[in-house]
Amino acid sequence: MSRTRIFRWREWASPVPAVQREVLTSQPVSSGFGEIDGGRPPLLFVPGFGHGAWAFTEKWLEHAAGRGFAAYAMSLRGHGDSGAARHVTLRAYAHDVVQVAARLPRRAVLIGHGVGGLAVANALARYPARAGVLVSPVFGGFATFATAVWRNPAGTLPAVFGAQLRLRRGQLFGRELGSSQAREYAARVAGVSAPLAQWQLLLHRAPEQPVGDAPVLVVGSPDDRIVPLRALERAARRYGGAPLLFPGMGHDLMLDARWQEPIDAILDWLDKAG
Amino acid sequence: MSYDSVRGVPTAPADAAASWRGGTPVHDRAENVCVIGAGASGLTAIKNLREYGFGVDCYERETGVGGAWNWRHDRSPVYASAHLISSKPFTQFPDFPMPDSWPDYPHHTQVLAYLERYADHFGLREHIWFGTEVTKVAPAEDGRWDVTISGAKSGGLDRTQRYAAVVVANGHNWSPKFPAYEGLEDFKGEVIHASAYKDAAQLRGRRVLVVGAGNTGCDIAVEAAQQASRCWHSSRRGYWYAPKYAYGRPSDQVNDTVLSLRVPLRMRQWLFHRTMRRTVGDLTRFGLPKPDHKIYETHPIANSQLVYYLGHGSITPVPDVVRFTRDAVEFADGRVAEPDLVILATGYLPRFEFLAPDLLNVDAEGRPRLYLHAFPPAYPTLAVTGLLQPDSGIFSLMHWQAVTVATWLRLRESAPERAASYWRRHHSDVSGRFNKAKVKQSTRHWFEVSHVDYLRAVEKTLREMEAGQ
Repeated sequence: MSRTRIFRWREWASPVPAVQREVLTSQPVSSGFGEIDGGRPPLLFVPGFGHGAWAFTEKWLEHAAGRGFAAYAMSLRGHGDSGAARHVTLRAYAHDVVQVAARLPRRAVLIGHGVGGLAVANALARYPARAGVLVSPVFGGFATFATAVWRNPAGTLPAVFGAQLRLRRGQLFGRELGSSQAREYAARVAGVSAPLAQWQLLLHRAPEQPVGDAPVLVVGSPDDRIVPLRALERAARRYGGAPLLFPGMGHDLMLDARWQEPIDAILDWLDKAG
Repeated sequence: MSYDSVRGVPTAPADAAASWRGGTPVHDRAENVCVIGAGASGLTAIKNLREYGFGVDCYERETGVGGAWNWRHDRSPVYASAHLISSKPFTQFPDFPMPDSWPDYPHHTQVLAYLERYADHFGLREHIWFGTEVTKVAPAEDGRWDVTISGAKSGGLDRTQRYAAVVVANGHNWSPKFPAYEGLEDFKGEVIHASAYKDAAQLRGRRVLVVGAGNTGCDIAVEAAQQASRCWHSSRRGYWYAPKYAYGRPSDQVNDTVLSLRVPLRMRQWLFHRTMRRTVGDLTRFGLPKPDHKIYETHPIANSQLVYYLGHGSITPVPDVVRFTRDAVEFADGRVAEPDLVILATGYLPRFEFLAPDLLNVDAEGRPRLYLHAFPPAYPTLAVTGLLQPDSGIFSLMHWQAVTVATWLRLRESAPERAASYWRRHHSDVSGRFNKAKVKQSTRHWFEVSHVDYLRAVEKTLREMEAGQ
C-alpha cells in the first residue's frame, strides 16, 4: 500500500519552514577516462541527535570518495552549522534529508545514523532513493528509552521534561577507542534541544515503506549501548532482512576504532546491489 | 535497484524490420512503452514507468525538456513575468520537492530549472529522442501500437516502430483558441493571441485591450496597467479574484487547511465569500459585474494585483466584445474603445493530430471522453496524461496519473484476468467530473477538476489495482 499514500495534508497546507543547511562533500579523484564516479550513485550521510556533518567527515566521507563514490554529509536543523529552527519535529528532519537529496546531481543513496537513520527511513517514503542504509538506527519506542535511562539516567530523564538530551561517551564508543580520542569526540557531540522530536521518538508511528522499491540495509553493533540488538533486528525485519553486525563496536560506528569495517561492508553492498 | 536491470535498458533498434504495414517496415520495440512529449507530464511518465521496470522511448519535437515551461520553445506560452499561481507544495512533484529556499510562487524560469533538474536527477534524458516528432499513432494487433516518427532520430525520414503501449503527454496549452468576432478582419489595429505575448515592452505606450479574465488575461491586464497608456479588460462574466495570500499564508495552503478538515462545499463557499467580502470587498464598486456563480464553479483566478490596479483606475473593466469595426471595438453594454493592440487571452484547445479522433473517444464537440481523463475506453494500452485543468498545481496530478498508468500496465501483465475484469467494471465510465461544485459549461472547463476529488478517485483506482497484484 506504500505507493498509494497520496494525501499529505500537512505537507500541502503547512510546509516545513526553510532553514540553512550545512552540506560537506568529498569527491572521488579522476582516474583518467570516463565518469569520475564510474556511474556510482552519490551518497548522502545523515547524522543523528547531537552529531553534525563532522561526524562523517572525520573518516567515512573520504574513505567513500577513495572508493569512487561522490560522498556528501549534512547536518540536520539545529545541528552542526545548519540553522537553528523552532518547533523541530521528526517531520522536519525527514524534510531536511529530502531537500538535500533532491539537490544532488543524481538519485542518491541515503545513509542515516542514529536518529538520522529514522529521518532517512521517513525520507525514503518521500523520495525514491537508489538505496537506504540505516546505521545503528534509533527508531525510538519505550525499549530504547528504558535502555537510555538505564545507561544514562542523568542525561536522559531531564529530556522527558523538555531539557537537553545529553549522551555519554560510554554510550557512543566501544572500548577499543582510546579514551582521549573518545573524550574529544564526546565533547563535540552537543546536547540536543528538540523537545517535540524527543517526545515523538517515544510515540511516533512506524516509518512508511520506501517509494520506488529502494533496497534497505541495516548496520549496527550487538554491543551498542543505545540501540539494543532486538531493535536492530526488528528494524531490519521491516525491510525483509537481517542486520549486518560488527561486534565490539559502540553506537558511533563511523568514529569508533574499527570504523573502516562497516563502511567497507556498506560500499561492498552498494557495489553488489548497484 | 533491481528495476534498473529489469527489461529497462533500451536496445538499439533492430536494423531488419520485424514486420510490414502498408508497404513500410515496422521496427519492433518489444515491451517498450512510447511516451510522446518531454514536458512535465512526459518527464514524470518516463520516470515512473522506469521505476516500474518498463523500458521507455520518449519523443520530443523540441530540442529540450520542459515543454510549455521552456520559454526557448516556439510553442511555449510563457511570458517574461509569468509566475506560478499555485504555491510550491501544490506545484512540485510529490517525491521531488522544489528547494524550500525558493519563493512561495516561483518564477517560470525556476520551474524550467526544476524540470531540467528532475530530468538529470533521474537520468531521463537518455530515454528521450529530441527533435523528433510523432506524426502518427495507429493500433496494431494484440493491443500494440505503431508509432511513426520523423526527425533527428529517423534521419528526417518517416520511421515506424511498434510499442507495447503509448502514453500521450503532448500538453494542451500550445494550440491557441481564437474566438470568432464580427468585423475582426477589418480592424486596423494589431490583434495577437496571448501565446504571442512575451514581454511588457510590447505594451509600452500603447492603448491595449485585453480580452479574457483567466489567469493569463489578468496577468497581462496588470502589466498593461503599468506599461500601456490605456488598458481595457474585457470579461464575459463577473469572477472571483482570489488574492495570492490570505491570513498571512499562500491562499491555496489556507484553502487546503479547510479542505483537510472535510468541510462541506457549501460551507467552504460561504467561508470564501465572507473572506472575500471582508478583505477584497465589493468589486462592483470598480465597475465589474457581480459574479453570476459561486466560487469553485469556474477555474480559480489567483491575482492580487488586478483589483489593486482597478482601484487606481489604471484598468477600465468592460464586458464581452460584440464586434470590431475599422478602428474600434464595441462591447455588450454599447461602450466603444479604440485600442491599437488587442490581446486575446482566450485560452487553448487540446490537439492530437497524430491520433484518429475515435481512438480518444472524441465526442461531437471535439472533447476526448476518457476514464479519469486519461484512459480511452476502447484501448487499454493507450493513455493520455496531463490533460487536466486542476484548481491547484498540475505536476503532482500528472505524477499520480503516471503511477496509475504504470500500475495498470503492470497489472495487465501480472494478472491479465483481474486486469480484464477491472477494465470491464471501470473504463467505460467516462462521466467522472471529479468536482463537487457545479462547474460552468465551456471548453475552458472540459478538464476542470478539483485536485482533492480527482486524487481521491486516483487513490481508489490505485488501491483496487494494487490489491489485485
